Amino acid sequence: MSSDEHLIKMANDIADFFRAEPLREDAIGGIVNHILKYWTRRMREKLIEHLRGDTAGFDDLTLEAVRRVAAQMAAKDAGTASA
Amino acid sequence: MRAAAIAGTAIPKLCATEQIEAFGSCRLCLVQIEGVKGLPASCTTPVAAGMKVTTQSRQLAEVRRGVMELYISDHPLDCLTCPANGHCELQDMAGAVGLREVRYGYAGANHLDAKKDTSNPYFTFDASKCIVCSRCVRACDEQQGTFALTIQGRGFDSTVAASQNETFMDSECVSCGACVQACPTATLSENSLIEKGQAEHSVVTTCAYCGVGCSFRAEMQGQELVRMVPNKNGQANHGHSCVKGRFAIGYATHPERIVKPMIRAKITDPWREVGWQEAIAHAASELKRIQREYGRDSIGGITSSRCTNEETYLVQKLVRAGFGNNNVDTCARVCHSPTGYGLKNTLGESAGTQNFDSVMKADVIFVIGANPTDGHPVFASQMKRRLRQGARLIVADPRRIDLVRTPHIEAAHHLKLRPGTNVALINSLAHVIVTEGLVDESFVAARCETPALERWRQFAAAERNSPESMEAVTGVPAAQVRAAARLYATAGNGAIYYGLGVTEHSQGSTMVMGIANLAMATGNIGREGVGVNPLRGQNNVQGSCDMGSFPHEFPGYRHVGDDVVRATFERDWGVRLQSEPGLRIPNMFEAALDGEFKGLYIEGEDIAQSDPNTQHVTAALLSMECIIVQDLFLNESAKYAHVFLPGASFLEKDGTFTNAERRISRVRKVMEPKSGHADWEITQSLANALGYPMNYAHPSEIMDEIARLTPTFAGVSFERIERLGSIQWPCDPSHPEGTPTMHVNEFVRGKGKFLVTEYVPTAEKVTAKFPLILTTGRILSQYNVGAQTRRTANNAWHQEDRLEIHPHDAEERGIGEGDWVGIASRAGETVLRARVTDRVQPGVVYTTFHFPDSGANVITTDNSDWATNCPEYKVTAVQATRVNQPSEWQKRFREFSENQDSLLQGADVFVGK
Repeated sequence: MSSDEHLIKMANDIADFFRAEPLREDAIGGIVNHILKYWTRRMREKLIEHLRGDTAGFDDLTLEAVRRVAAQMAAKDAGTASA
Repeated sequence: MRAAAIAGTAIPKLCATEQIEAFGSCRLCLVQIEGVKGLPASCTTPVAAGMKVTTQSRQLAEVRRGVMELYISDHPLDCLTCPANGHCELQDMAGAVGLREVRYGYAGANHLDAKKDTSNPYFTFDASKCIVCSRCVRACDEQQGTFALTIQGRGFDSTVAASQNETFMDSECVSCGACVQACPTATLSENSLIEKGQAEHSVVTTCAYCGVGCSFRAEMQGQELVRMVPNKNGQANHGHSCVKGRFAIGYATHPERIVKPMIRAKITDPWREVGWQEAIAHAASELKRIQREYGRDSIGGITSSRCTNEETYLVQKLVRAGFGNNNVDTCARVCHSPTGYGLKNTLGESAGTQNFDSVMKADVIFVIGANPTDGHPVFASQMKRRLRQGARLIVADPRRIDLVRTPHIEAAHHLKLRPGTNVALINSLAHVIVTEGLVDESFVAARCETPALERWRQFAAAERNSPESMEAVTGVPAAQVRAAARLYATAGNGAIYYGLGVTEHSQGSTMVMGIANLAMATGNIGREGVGVNPLRGQNNVQGSCDMGSFPHEFPGYRHVGDDVVRATFERDWGVRLQSEPGLRIPNMFEAALDGEFKGLYIEGEDIAQSDPNTQHVTAALLSMECIIVQDLFLNESAKYAHVFLPGASFLEKDGTFTNAERRISRVRKVMEPKSGHADWEITQSLANALGYPMNYAHPSEIMDEIARLTPTFAGVSFERIERLGSIQWPCDPSHPEGTPTMHVNEFVRGKGKFLVTEYVPTAEKVTAKFPLILTTGRILSQYNVGAQTRRTANNAWHQEDRLEIHPHDAEERGIGEGDWVGIASRAGETVLRARVTDRVQPGVVYTTFHFPDSGANVITTDNSDWATNCPEYKVTAVQATRVNQPSEWQKRFREFSENQDSLLQGADVFVGK
């Protein structure tokens, strides 16, 4: 398993837990929060980079969550840069 | 007798001792009581108001002398050369009663020629010195709970016998040492005491094996250890011990122990002995070079759960402040990280809720995925004592652990689930509690978040979670699940104890949450006798987690992204700190294989043996440019290292350990470090060489810093530990003497939070190619990767890891007892000898992982807990076949190991040289 495949599996495993949330929004929020809190920046960047090229292997919830992680990281970086 | 002792009056005695119940057999403690006929034994006669007792009189003295004369008439008079000389209670009592002559002579029948039993490697049974006081038998029964000893025969023929008159070694004896401790004469003596004689001083310290954290008195002759004696005042062990802590100490002076620093450029080069200064300077310059070439995040460190709190704290400080990143992790990653995650999110704190003594108030004990009699033997003895008093027992385990049926104890329910289905089981237990009206409504209404509770309630009540629906998944009969749930919810105080059988799964964190849910729903939290109790594996794994060993948390479980917390550390440490989490151990391996992670400082851990998918781990280690291993031995990881820094054993340094009950106890230096430096000093030198100054003169200063920066440790200091014996954190201004029971009036997070725990089957599926499930565990005599215990006489009990296989599966494959069996998984293949037993269920095989060339982790896979990446050691799909040679991996391993050993040849780096 390549390291990208590992990251995708890890993200999908996280999604499998949060899928039990009755509201889809809560599930996605849970995944986003978990990835931001426990993954290194480099791991998140790699996954986002991979996602830009290829969405194969991504669970539906994971896909949405990783896109939001990307958006939040970009927003935070922009905030830091302008501050 | 007790009343007299409290009043300061000593009464002669032989068969009475503090640790066990009064027995009244030695007839030495006789007293006269006004209005009572005869001379009753004071040990078994309860005191009463107004009772007038005479403890010394002419008549009593004569009777006692007569009794003593009879004892001595059948006892060798070799006092001067006897190992008990100096602490013999028989000798003391002969003196106390004034025995001056023995009129009987030795012509008649006696036991003076009785044979010694030297079968046990640690103690000798010399029957000629036995006075048949039964103290050993009662210690084995009452204290240890093994019932291995008995008094055989009657009258003059009475003798102590192990099991059915076997040798101690062949009997059921577990070598805990309780009998040796209880013996008033030299009948049961430690071999080390026989060899060396009495100690001249002793120091109280804390055992460095399992998470029970027993207190011991290290009895010393100068710098040499004579024996370890369990401390009666030990708050975790109350004077009890096991075969590891009491006896398996010889590793500290084993000839393979390395005490000189060594370096080499490549792992194919021979090791070169160097001075401390050169070793540290080399390590620092390599780490700096790597950071220059590959970036600040290209190096990291692993803290040790076998080192002290102060040492662990220092390593994570070195990484965060000295390396300038958060790439620090610890072996809790591979054992109890899900405990931290699951309990933090439900109850609010990453630790067990009780002290050990709480078990004595439990009415029903629920053991899930833990094997206390092997893994946590001293606590298991206490648990068994409570079970013999009548507490009920539920065991959830795929395998029939000893606790399921042991003398005077039988589990009410053994939920023999399939490996990997914990969450399905806990959900069906929750289903019964919710749908049968067993929820403690007043507790949950007052103490827990309502919306989360209602969501969980709906989830648990869903039909898919019923025991009937889940029966096909778990393999546990629905009726049994229902009965167990009712028992846990209604039998009074319900206490859950769990181990790695809960955490080491792809749903480890989910299961921990499920356990917390169950305890909250039944109101079994926040008082004595109940609670959620993780049985932590290593001596200081709780402490290493508390001390900020995780890449996302500062000491005290506070996220690195928390600006306020980070600012306090930045001020105190005088550096900028990263706000992003660092790499966890498995992420380090991935990053290494991607060429982004090149340097690693490992303190007292052996990832090449202990972590899953060995071949993946070793490939990662091979891809790195500087691995620094600080250890006692050239362990498996050190075979891939470039710098070896010789560490210190727990006998050689000061500090503290924190056990599974959050109890912080002192570790005290009883001898100088064999390598010249304690581990904290080595870390400090490395920090200084890297340009980050550290100047601690003593570990107590490190603890002061921890207390200053960590609210839950605010009141902890060496001085206070000294005064109180030990302290259970949180220890702060509102709990100045610590906190034995947590979450008493409210949860640490305020309201308890129920979390929905949907069962998600593991990706590790059985197929036609891999039809069996392999699960792993431990054995009493060996400890973890065995680096310590394998280098002691404990190998007499367990000298190889075996594969347990059910007779049915064995027969299908033509496998007999002792045959070589190849075990293949998707990750790799290894070969072990078979033990055919119905302890395991059909379809499940089991092994321990104490010996490196067993290669248990060659087979385990990369699957891990979704939340923490704790590996799924407990579930691996395998095939087993009869073979007649080692696996390819084992052949390569042996060749590699022999080669690595040869690179040590000629180096004068071993202890005692």
